[in-house]
Amino acid sequence: MPAPIRLRELIRTIRTARTQAEEREMIQKECAAIRSSFREEDNTYRCRNVAKLLYMHMLGYPAHFGQLECLKLIASQKFTDKRIGYLGAMLLLDERQDVHLLMTNCIKNDLNHSTQYVQGLALCTLGCMGSSEMCRDLAGEVEKLLKTSNSYLRKKAALCAVHVIRKVPELMEMFLPATKNLLSEKNHGVLHTSVVLLTEMCERSPDMLSHFRKNEKLVPQLVRILKNLIMSGYSPEHDVSGISDPFLQVRILRLLRILGKSDDDSSEAMNDILAQVATNTETSKNVGNAILYETVLTIMDIKSESGLRVLAINILGRFLLNNDKNIRYVALTSLLKTVQTDHNAVQRHRSTIVDCLKDLDVSIKRRAMELSFALVNGNNIRGMMKELLYFLDSCDPEFKADCASGVFLAAEKYAPSKRWHIDTIMRVLTTAGSYVRDDSVPNLIQLITNSVEMHAYTVQRLYKALLDDISQQPLVQVASWCIGEYGDLLVSGQCEEEEPIQVTEDEVLDVLEGLLVSNLSTPVTRGYSLTAIMKLSTRFSGVNRIKKVVSIYGSSIDVELQQRAVEYNALFKKYDHMRPALLERMPIMEKTATNGPTEIVQTNGETEPSVVEPKHLPPVTQPANQANDLLDLLGGNDVVPVIQTTMPTKPASAGGELLDLLGDLSLSGGPATAPASSVPTSQPSFLLDGLSSQPLFNDIAAAAIPPMTAYNKNGLKIDFTFERANPNPNVAVITIHASNSTEADMTEFVFQAAVPKTFQLQLLSPSSNVVPALNQGTVTQVIRVLNPQKLRMRIKLTYTLKGSPVQDLAEVNNFPAQSWQ
Amino acid sequence: MQFMLLFSRQGKLRLQKWYVPLSDKEKKKITRELVQTVLARKPKMCSFLEWRDMKIVYKRYASLYFCCAIENQDNELITLEIIHRYVELLDKYFGSVCELDIIFNFEKAYFILDEFLLGGEAQETSKKNVLKAIEQADLLQENIDFQMRLFAGVMLPNMVSESSGLFQN
Repeated sequence: MPAPIRLRELIRTIRTARTQAEEREMIQKECAAIRSSFREEDNTYRCRNVAKLLYMHMLGYPAHFGQLECLKLIASQKFTDKRIGYLGAMLLLDERQDVHLLMTNCIKNDLNHSTQYVQGLALCTLGCMGSSEMCRDLAGEVEKLLKTSNSYLRKKAALCAVHVIRKVPELMEMFLPATKNLLSEKNHGVLHTSVVLLTEMCERSPDMLSHFRKNEKLVPQLVRILKNLIMSGYSPEHDVSGISDPFLQVRILRLLRILGKSDDDSSEAMNDILAQVATNTETSKNVGNAILYETVLTIMDIKSESGLRVLAINILGRFLLNNDKNIRYVALTSLLKTVQTDHNAVQRHRSTIVDCLKDLDVSIKRRAMELSFALVNGNNIRGMMKELLYFLDSCDPEFKADCASGVFLAAEKYAPSKRWHIDTIMRVLTTAGSYVRDDSVPNLIQLITNSVEMHAYTVQRLYKALLDDISQQPLVQVASWCIGEYGDLLVSGQCEEEEPIQVTEDEVLDVLEGLLVSNLSTPVTRGYSLTAIMKLSTRFSGVNRIKKVVSIYGSSIDVELQQRAVEYNALFKKYDHMRPALLERMPIMEKTATNGPTEIVQTNGETEPSVVEPKHLPPVTQPANQANDLLDLLGGNDVVPVIQTTMPTKPASAGGELLDLLGDLSLSGGPATAPASSVPTSQPSFLLDGLSSQPLFNDIAAAAIPPMTAYNKNGLKIDFTFERANPNPNVAVITIHASNSTEADMTEFVFQAAVPKTFQLQLLSPSSNVVPALNQGTVTQVIRVLNPQKLRMRIKLTYTLKGSPVQDLAEVNNFPAQSWQ
Repeated sequence: MQFMLLFSRQGKLRLQKWYVPLSDKEKKKITRELVQTVLARKPKMCSFLEWRDMKIVYKRYASLYFCCAIENQDNELITLEIIHRYVELLDKYFGSVCELDIIFNFEKAYFILDEFLLGGEAQETSKKNVLKAIEQADLLQENIDFQMRLFAGVMLPNMVSESSGLFQN
């Protein structure tokens, strides 16, 4: 067989290939040759072949068939073989393949080889890609080499030890004795790697850290070395642009940082040297700045005296003005880290930071943006917001979402006035409307609702924005919601804050209908606008047009729209008298935590003094995917007729009508659709159990309230058990247990309850809606009542027994006295 | 340091040194995406970028990009100096190094890197010492046959070993 071609030859040949296909062909041919050469177990050319394979691997071609050959090369006695073999191992093998374990023995032998360059190869390979098993096996050898006087090997052993510790942290202890006099070495290589080793140990183990601080007196040693580096004259061997061994200096500073953190004594011991480095280092080249950077990081992290801290921040300030953008970037990063602790000092550089927003470099802009938001406070909010909004206008899309969120947060915290707040939000919506996060829409709506005096102004501005541009969905959604709510204010031209515009009802309806048909509107937006149109039926005089629109959408392909339209239609046809009540103004919404609608107790309108009209039932108009918890509770799928969660009893007739309403209307979900999320996770097992009436909220007072039978007729018995909810002792938690003593199951069982106006009631979902026959099981459901006084309740039961529907109404008056005390 | 990549302006990989264990597929993916990202950057932009959860430091020397991924606690500015030192070493060794030198002598580029960095950290801060070690190792490559046979008590008049031909032009 002819001798395999040389490496250089191959490289030259492959580079002449003009197409990818040609190259692939050459490679395949060569691979085949190499493979047959491997099969022949040819020792002479193995090295050459593996080298060629490595080249082809770098081009992206598979080379796994060379893995074992690498091992054979490592085992060879020739240095050349070993060199290529170890290189191949580092490139082709990794700890995921079992093959690499076969190396362990070779490495062990080579670690004890007579030639230091062979030992070096072994240390290097182990330190780069040794797996945990290999590290465990060979740690002893590494430790031995760490104590050798040969500095060439010692430095490599130190870094190898670092790798071993990273892979197998338990082995850290065994290297401790060898570190004793590492720092007394003169050789910079050993010094550098020793500092790295000590850093690794201190970072990983607080015990090690305190050991090195106290017992070894590491800080004075490091200070001494650093001082020598700075004070000593020109040393050509380690000089970089006039600075002596910057790599070592930076490493020492980093270790000092770890040693000085939260330790007064250590911090004091290094104060002087830090000041010296900070003031004496040459800043004209990158090297000097690298050292200053590390120094600043150290000063900020340890317990340095205030003078030193000010020095550090000033260095960063100077960095900000440096022409080199790398330096500016690094300055912004560091300032971001320190802005929390040294806020005032950083504020002094605010204008420079804000200027960085206009920098061309993306990384710098991002840093500047983050830092700007961190610097916003009550005093500078107006100025800062102007800059940030300008930035929002002109920045790249990747920034817009974060910037918009940041603006909202800042505005919420520091808004000087409601009008300013709303103006700012409007500005964000109009410039970056499509990038705002999903939850900003409900947050905004809540904000707008709560700024009662700004309603007219807000709706006017939003209307004008809609006329300009309907492509930005969050803006459109908020705008349609507002127009739906406050359309009457818009049409009546009542705005105080700015010049009122003249708008007719038809124009408003035109705009909303336009949203419905536009291609730009998402289904969610369409939902918003349909509901808004519906709401306007009680605020505008021309109802016929609205009726027409609503009935058209009753046959829409979009299920969501169709459902709404159908229900609104029903509202027009059968329940016109209910319409005004249902579509009244929204009450002030409470800002709630984002989890746990169960914590919310429904507010009735009259308990909120700031709402203009007394409310009976808050209308439910939020589309399905809104995160607003209050309204989530009322209907995940947006059922307009209110779920039975609030039923204040009005004077008898109205009350009766309400309950009628709930009875006759086929609710698209019955109580079974009260959002499942509202049931706390601990409940289901309890509810489905139906066995114990002992509550999960183990309140001693609870045990004192006896259960009672609320209803017992026609085989259906409903028992109430009570407990006081732990977080709020004024809330009584009533669990109903429905049992059925007849022979047949009661299916489609629905329990509804209404309480007098002075109470607030919340009904959670039932365990099921089938009450099994012959008392084989119970259906349970939880009612939460806020009750300062004697409770009365009217209940309505519907179920199907043996195919025929049954309905019944009852009053429950026999609540035990303890249930309201 | 997590890894160092050298690639040309056309995106061809010239050297890859990984200090973290990753599968071949992952390495290829990272390489491909990172190369794209770095090549897309304009010349005036800063040498640092955040990519995935790593800090990337890169610098272009003639037609080659030197790109390192460092940990969050590492000093970016000193990493630039490390890259520069490596280029200086290559330059000294090859005499006015250019991309072709690294293409045709990639194994040497690796050897030099392995004498300068180990496990992602600098093992020797003196340029002179790194170059001396490489020189000695190269000599060893040529002479090992001679030395081995010397130990065995056999002297051979002609010392040119076959394997050394691999590295001669």
